[in-house]
Amino acid sequence: MFEMIIPAFIVGGTICVIGQLLMDLTKPTFTPAHVLVSFVSGGAILGALGVYEPLVKIGGAGATIPLSGFGYTLAKGAMEAVEKRGILGAFSGGVEATAVGIAAAVFFGYLMSVAFKPKG
Amino acid sequence: MADQTLRKPSISVTPEKYQALTQQYTPKPTISKNVVRAFIVGGIICSIGQLFINFFITLGMVRVEASTAATATMIFLGALLTGLGVYDEIGKFAGAGSIVPVTGFANSIVAPAMEFRREGYVMGVGAKLFTVAGPVLVYGIATSIVVGFVYFFLH
Repeated sequence: MFEMIIPAFIVGGTICVIGQLLMDLTKPTFTPAHVLVSFVSGGAILGALGVYEPLVKIGGAGATIPLSGFGYTLAKGAMEAVEKRGILGAFSGGVEATAVGIAAAVFFGYLMSVAFKPKG
Repeated sequence: MADQTLRKPSISVTPEKYQALTQQYTPKPTISKNVVRAFIVGGIICSIGQLFINFFITLGMVRVEASTAATATMIFLGALLTGLGVYDEIGKFAGAGSIVPVTGFANSIVAPAMEFRREGYVMGVGAKLFTVAGPVLVYGIATSIVVGFVYFFLH
């Protein structure tokens, strides 16, 4: 039950530090939204280059829980789908591989936004 | 009254000196502190994610499926804690440690949608859910399609 916890902590923490440095060392116009967009695209590119896969092997959730892991899954899905169905796979694969995450985000996001009132 | 000699003000600073003083007393950019906090909180969130992966594996899921299920669970928790007003408190302390994990993605979905509910369920909640998620999906999906194209033409 507790295997991989420490690698997940270290890899996940390190990825978050990169995000923190991106925020602290750039202009204030570089918002959290920009961080998330950079991480998803960055993760997809690193995934395509085969650099992110070893990180997932080593860090487990430390690499898949940060948003770069979402990008990695998108790219991996697109490449695997191209193997199966050619050029159409480039369009279908990314969304297919991340469908659970996207649907969960929309569904739970909607549910919580309607169920709770903002504080203050 | 007129010939009374005025005491020189005890705080006499030239503009240059003032500038130097403000620089001295402005809190130093707390980058190192932010980095440590981001590392710890980001690490803890990912460790919780790993606990869920391990848990789902014990339920009989294969690793990839367990990982997907853990991500969905973390999205649920991020959305719930945002609704309860807890996640923003974590965010004040953690900075990127709470933004980069998928729980921060969930937070970026719920926070604006909740805020804009008075503008209705369609253009308020429905539209604002995608304030940050929209750009993330646009750039993420577009990048994956380009990756797919390149992969197609290289193989």
